[in-house]
Amino acid sequence: MRELHTRLGKLFPLGELTEQRTNLAFVSVPQEHLRALLLHLRDREGFTHLVLLTAVDWLEEGQFQLTYLLADRKNARDIGLRVMIPRDGATMQSIHELWPTAATYQRELREMFGIDFPGSPRVEEDFILEGWRDIPPYRRDFDTLKFAVENYSQRPGRETHDPATHMKQQLYPGEN
Amino acid sequence: MQFDWMKIPYSLLTLFIVVNYGFLLGALIQKMGARAGRRYGIPIWQNYVDMLKNYSMRSSITHGAMFYLGPVFRLSGGVGLLLFVPTIYGSYMFSNLSFAGDLILALYFVFFGTLGMALGAGESGHPHAAIGITRGLSQVSTAELPFALAVFSVALQYQTLSVTDIVAAQQGGMMNWTLFTNPLAVAAAMLAFLGTMMRPPFDVVVAPQEIPIGPPTEYHSSYLAMMQTNRAIFPIAKIVIYMNLFFGGADSWPVFFFKVFLIYLWSAFVGVVFPRFRVEQSIRWFLIWAVPLGILSIVLV
Amino acid sequence: MKEELKIRVVKGPDGVEFEVEPLRDYYCEAAPTVMPGAYIKIVEDMFNWARSESIWILGFGTGCGAIEMRPLMTPRFDAYRYGVQWRPTPRQANLFVISGYLSTKTLKRAIRAYEQMQSPKYVIGLGSCTINGGMYWDSYNTIKRLDDYLPVDLYIAGCMPRPEALLAGFMDMKKLIRAGRGEGANLYAENFEWYKANQKRVIHDWDMPDYNW
Repeated sequence: MRELHTRLGKLFPLGELTEQRTNLAFVSVPQEHLRALLLHLRDREGFTHLVLLTAVDWLEEGQFQLTYLLADRKNARDIGLRVMIPRDGATMQSIHELWPTAATYQRELREMFGIDFPGSPRVEEDFILEGWRDIPPYRRDFDTLKFAVENYSQRPGRETHDPATHMKQQLYPGEN
Repeated sequence: MQFDWMKIPYSLLTLFIVVNYGFLLGALIQKMGARAGRRYGIPIWQNYVDMLKNYSMRSSITHGAMFYLGPVFRLSGGVGLLLFVPTIYGSYMFSNLSFAGDLILALYFVFFGTLGMALGAGESGHPHAAIGITRGLSQVSTAELPFALAVFSVALQYQTLSVTDIVAAQQGGMMNWTLFTNPLAVAAAMLAFLGTMMRPPFDVVVAPQEIPIGPPTEYHSSYLAMMQTNRAIFPIAKIVIYMNLFFGGADSWPVFFFKVFLIYLWSAFVGVVFPRFRVEQSIRWFLIWAVPLGILSIVLV
Repeated sequence: MKEELKIRVVKGPDGVEFEVEPLRDYYCEAAPTVMPGAYIKIVEDMFNWARSESIWILGFGTGCGAIEMRPLMTPRFDAYRYGVQWRPTPRQANLFVISGYLSTKTLKRAIRAYEQMQSPKYVIGLGSCTINGGMYWDSYNTIKRLDDYLPVDLYIAGCMPRPEALLAGFMDMKKLIRAGRGEGANLYAENFEWYKANQKRVIHDWDMPDYNW
């Protein structure tokens, strides 16, 4: 992995390598170099399989982190590419020409995080949520509890216990 | 020719006995299938309760005239098949409305119900019904082929088209049965029998997992109850034909019950042992294994 | 609204142009009506007995609870011996088991399936999620109270209830039906406006007829 990182470092401006396991590592890459790096990894280095494409909302930094996880089947190793994009008007270039499956991930990201992928097939359509009107629900500034209370009728009489103290009272009443 | 009016109540009595026997036998066979899978199985009277419940449903919707007629055709196919062949040989009461050329009519009635069902289910407009009908018609057609060949072979053998005469020719000991005098025809017909009983391995027509229940997808309430009634009559009526043609007929009700049970058991036995065929597999299977047997039996006769 | 659901003009093979309105129902536009039972009490009692002894369940798993229904078909629990069977189509089913959490997207399908079932029909809510949201109490896409949207006859509490609890629930359901209290379909017909209003409040893209006969 480290040897791969130094080899790639000569071609692309890469960030530091974070090694999770011997066969799984993450590296950050600037947005404009992502596509070239993905192509290089797919065609030259044998990372032929796009495992997943997901996003993390860094609300405080005002950024989204996109993670492209690629797998090298032959050598049984995975590499994750991290791309930071600005949170306001989040847009990213589509990679559906490289892996057709990416289009599905991009539809999901657009619906759940509101990240746009211009040119991706059917990206405008509803994916899971039907008729969603609020801000995308996976954004961290979306308050699910408030939304649930406002939109769904609740049954009165529901109470919540902290499991630890509740079980303590159940099992050992009279102590504390 | 003088028509004997007394035959009508007697035929209805036959029908009544056969319906009840069909319900009980169907539940018994289902129970045996369950026991083969180490389950307890349904109660023996469950089919009666199901039918009563379906007749008692308060609402039902229709998709047009053919939708009504589908179950009616199917039921009349079953009843007609039963009424035009002699149930008990040598008995005036239970010889029903049999006549000289009834074998050909019986062959027609075997197919009649399926065709009626195709029209009715087609009108329901459900895609699964259409898929089920396509599968059902193609499979039943190929399954009918060896049966028809076997029937012709038997007709040639006895030089008659009357079921009563065929049964009469088989009397006087087990060795006179068609089973022993024309074993190839019987083999072909018994393979065809598997295909028309809607049990595994040939139950892809109603495959509940992939095309929810196939042709009767849209049928409910009393339509469904009517089809359930037919499901009790039709197998028995078909088995009666088999029994008359190949297994020497029955000269009393106990013999009838016993023989019908054994022939039904043949399909149930195969059903619990073998997994399901796809349609093209079952068609190929019939064409490769059953049809040559039927042709051979005709040639040898 | 989806493209295929919009009103459009279609040219037939014989050259005649006609308007197609997919959302309009061509066979039945009537709202559900209250359907009284048989007039004679003893007949209705007999029918209720038959209904209770022959419960046909719609095999539609809406949530994680669907996995608890499958063991009931296996040799260990074998619900068939109590007259409980699974039917693959809503037309033939009497009992709708809402198995666990119901997202608004699934609710739409569940309503549709429920309305296609024939009266009398019953609904069992399985698991805490159908009662008060359960562990999805703050989720943005699951409903919290099933009886606002469908007439529920019986709830089975638990997260998840085991198959035995489900069997016990079926037994209680039988008692309800036999006592003539399984009138959910009529309740739904009586309060149709209220149910529809509740349903439309959570389902924002309502793209089906109001009543799916």
